[in-house]
Amino acid sequence: MTSFDAIVIGGGHNGLVCAALLAKGGRNVLMLEADAEVGGAARTEEFFPGFRASVAHVLNRLHPEVVRALDLEELGLTVSRSAFAPTVTLSHDGTLILHGAYGEALTGATASEQAAWKNLRAQLLRYAGVLKPFLSRRPPELGGGSFGDMAALGQAALAVKRLGKEDMRDFLRVLLMNVYDLLDEQLTDDRLKGLLAFDAVLGSHLGPRSPTSLLGLYYRLTGESGGAPGAQIVPKGGMGAVVAAMRAAAEHAGVAIRAGAPVAKIVVEKGCATGVVLANGEEIRAGTVVSAINPATTFLALVGAPLLDTGFVRKVKNIRMKGDVAKLNLALDGVPGFAGVEEADLRGRLVIAPSADHVERAFNPAKYGEFSPEPVMEIVLPSLTDPSLAPDGACVLSANVQYAPYALKEGWETGKPKFLAAIMAQLEAHAPGIGKLVRHAELLTPADIEARYRMPGGHWHHGELQADQMLFSRPVSGWSGYGTPVEGLYLAGAGSHPGGGISGAPGMNAARRILAERAEWRKAS
Amino acid sequence: MAGLGSSGTGLRWHENGTCMKTWDAIVIGGGHNGLVNACYLQRAGLDVLVVEKNGWVGGAATSRELTPGFLYSNCSYVCSLFRPEIMRDLELPRFGLQVIAYEGGAVLTQDGDYLGNYRDHDAHRREFARFSKRDAEAYDRYARDVTRQCRFIQPLLMRTAPDPTSWKPRDLGELLYLGKKFAGLTPEEMALTLRFWTMSISDFLDEYFETDVIKANFSISGIIGTALGPMSPGTAYVLLHHYMGEVDGSVGAWGYARGGMGAVTKALAASFQASGGTIRTGAEVEKVLVKGGKAKGVVLAGGDEIYGKLVVSNADVKRIFLKLVEEKELPEIFLRRVKNFKIRGSSGKVNIALDSMPEFPALPKDSPCLRGDLHFTDSVERMERAYDDWKAGRWSADPFLDMMIPTTLDPTMAAPGKHFMSCFVQYAPPKVEGREWTDADRDAFAETVVSQIADYSPGFRDRIVHMEVRTPREIEAEVGLTEGNIFQGELTFDQLLFNRPVPGYAQYRSPVGGLYMCGSSTYPGGGVMGAPGRNAAKEILRDLARPIHHMSAAHDVI
Repeated sequence: MTSFDAIVIGGGHNGLVCAALLAKGGRNVLMLEADAEVGGAARTEEFFPGFRASVAHVLNRLHPEVVRALDLEELGLTVSRSAFAPTVTLSHDGTLILHGAYGEALTGATASEQAAWKNLRAQLLRYAGVLKPFLSRRPPELGGGSFGDMAALGQAALAVKRLGKEDMRDFLRVLLMNVYDLLDEQLTDDRLKGLLAFDAVLGSHLGPRSPTSLLGLYYRLTGESGGAPGAQIVPKGGMGAVVAAMRAAAEHAGVAIRAGAPVAKIVVEKGCATGVVLANGEEIRAGTVVSAINPATTFLALVGAPLLDTGFVRKVKNIRMKGDVAKLNLALDGVPGFAGVEEADLRGRLVIAPSADHVERAFNPAKYGEFSPEPVMEIVLPSLTDPSLAPDGACVLSANVQYAPYALKEGWETGKPKFLAAIMAQLEAHAPGIGKLVRHAELLTPADIEARYRMPGGHWHHGELQADQMLFSRPVSGWSGYGTPVEGLYLAGAGSHPGGGISGAPGMNAARRILAERAEWRKAS
Repeated sequence: MAGLGSSGTGLRWHENGTCMKTWDAIVIGGGHNGLVNACYLQRAGLDVLVVEKNGWVGGAATSRELTPGFLYSNCSYVCSLFRPEIMRDLELPRFGLQVIAYEGGAVLTQDGDYLGNYRDHDAHRREFARFSKRDAEAYDRYARDVTRQCRFIQPLLMRTAPDPTSWKPRDLGELLYLGKKFAGLTPEEMALTLRFWTMSISDFLDEYFETDVIKANFSISGIIGTALGPMSPGTAYVLLHHYMGEVDGSVGAWGYARGGMGAVTKALAASFQASGGTIRTGAEVEKVLVKGGKAKGVVLAGGDEIYGKLVVSNADVKRIFLKLVEEKELPEIFLRRVKNFKIRGSSGKVNIALDSMPEFPALPKDSPCLRGDLHFTDSVERMERAYDDWKAGRWSADPFLDMMIPTTLDPTMAAPGKHFMSCFVQYAPPKVEGREWTDADRDAFAETVVSQIADYSPGFRDRIVHMEVRTPREIEAEVGLTEGNIFQGELTFDQLLFNRPVPGYAQYRSPVGGLYMCGSSTYPGGGVMGAPGRNAAKEILRDLARPIHHMSAAHDVI
């Protein structure tokens, strides 16, 4: 029987980051991945002969401390300004483009709107900046935490006070506000409002008029690349290249990686995790077991309800994790012509969200188990940045589309072709003739994503990233510090603070906690 | 220039009609908060004048005879949240207020069934069991969890919200009080409380119940008066207000005011006048007189000037500062924030005089539910779709009604055998697709209400003697509530607590010296509670270094 210091379940990017950091901290680490490849939904895969894409297609929040700690730039990752991609709002009223890191400059807008945007952007970044330090910390303990916790809260309070009285008042006022009304206060351009509304709710079961939806925009703006908040990059090699760099870092640190090794059970003896049992029956021992997969899967499938307190099980079952994002991959004969978009800007992120009202209207059906008849989406043509992703002259189109509710009332079997038609109608409206270029269309609904990537609900945050499921309540109230009721079992995935997206922060925070706690641990055998 | 019961304190008048006397306080608006405020100030020894634009006091808490023989509670219709402490301090029962408790109500379902609501916990539970045994069991857990949240919040309603941007000892003290209260919870309770405050009522209920109609039944509390749907985050906490109102065993518990909601304000007016206060009706204030940055009195439409050492406004914050006070008197940031204050109306009212008691075959004969609040929206989805219509600038095609027939318990509002039916309707937008309401809109809106009731009550239309239909247009015109918002401002996070009505001015004072706010635009918000009026009075008396021992502190209800 083999044994390790630590087993990391799940070879997604958070699992890789956690494993690498534990190994760098001196532990003997085994990482187990169920599929044949690591990376989860960040893998780059061939979806049609000669055409490759990743489900996660834009890098906008890989945590700088993760980049540093794993030396990812040495391992081939580029996060510098030269790689920043613009955002283009597609509209029949002409395009409006955000250049640089999230609109450091705007083209296509009136002078007064540009001035208004400058103010709003600065304000949003200022406020997001107050919340940003919390990304790389575990949530402070309520009810008397450590000195470090108090210091962190104190720092945040000071950061808020440092804003100055009136700014602080505005910060507190808008913190839990809905993004729609805030945008109405400051901007008039529908295209700009539409984009911001879209970015606030992408990946959430919320509309721009939902209270607390501004938090989603803050989350987006706490992401940075190359030191620039809000910047985004279409990675060369697709997101799989980022995963490859992480994998290299992990292996370099000595992590043993086993793919094709699904875990069936976490072994718990006398309230302590002592190892895992694979689907093939093989048992592997370790004093520390880290789950980087969905928390509901971890507790309900791998540990099992009988070994957990009823109240805890109920809380886990109540975690809302029904996704609303569908992924579209198109294999195209050539580069589509988006009306009004210059070639250089085609390398950016193209967004169809004509107005904030439009985004809200798209959200309404999702509340009732219906898909949006006029979906909103963000589109990337990754083969323009990396020609190796498509055959010569051909093109990949990758899109995240909302809203596609996981539990579609009519069922996705009949719903899928209808939804695909709705998406293609939107694309055709902005890129006439694109329909004829389609060699192959792959539409992954949240149900498909769940099946393919073992991601319940197809939800990339492993649980709605909303105020009542954030921070102290993530993944459940009382268990937000990566520890679990089972001694020696930890969580390190998107379902923990601070949430998902390609960031690595949960994995990093979990590793730090484990290293701090288990400082004297020795191999169990 | 007739006044109601002038106190004869030696008023002197110029020939041009201006009054020479300087009142200790002038209260603009005789709505319930203005009257509460005036009462407390008068009882503290101030000489107070209330000026009201209508010919009657009460604002939105009135009883009006709009057709012979029928008394309508034509806006507010149920006495549920009125603070018992205020009721006792101001001796309202002595001045004629009688609240008749009612048993509960029901939600009628589309398949001909109904879910009854009962006060008694066990009766409630048994009724749930008719639909789902699991839900009946969950009800105990639900009640326990909501009660826990109520206990935390209730004393907070009667305290002034602290300013977190201030270093003043009082604010720090209040923040510490809140902190300690919070710290009194276990870490898990803390997290649950924080979570509860940001959840939607729909998500919260999903954690307990599986039956649609049961969830719809509870969701009603979460959305009445708001411009939100049951699936909007932040609607769960409103449950607390209604839960607290329901279980309060003291005077003022959930029920009908005998004689309609006007009885509440009549009693307040009587209490006020008995302490020596003066009310002047038919006197619309056009401007607040401001000299040297200080409020000196008011100017009525028509030119009369009345002087006061301080002025308290019951009008909503937009009305005061965008209409009654000159822009130049206000700091730019404050003005901007007031302009951004959201006050979009979301409800309407249809008041119906009936010449006989309507039948509801879905309910058992003589069911006590008929004496309570009836609803026909039997699922959260229908309620949310009604909200979607509001967002699109239309009244709800399938509206949600809170319908009551107070005459089943209160014989004073109509002749024997005849009835007054009050329908509170959601949703109705402040403007219809961006333009003003027309009479045709109003009638079409009314029709959605009547046809819904008629679906459940055979022969309903034939019983209708008279109907008064109030959309946000009528509510604004008659009562002075901007955009027809009944709470004088939306109840969203950005406009609650220390943000209400605007950050930095959440303690009833305004940027103008001597000008205070006491209406529902202030903390803790709307509903016929009286808390804003009372809290404002407390702050005023504090500023004047006057005693406040006649003002009871909040008592624990649960």
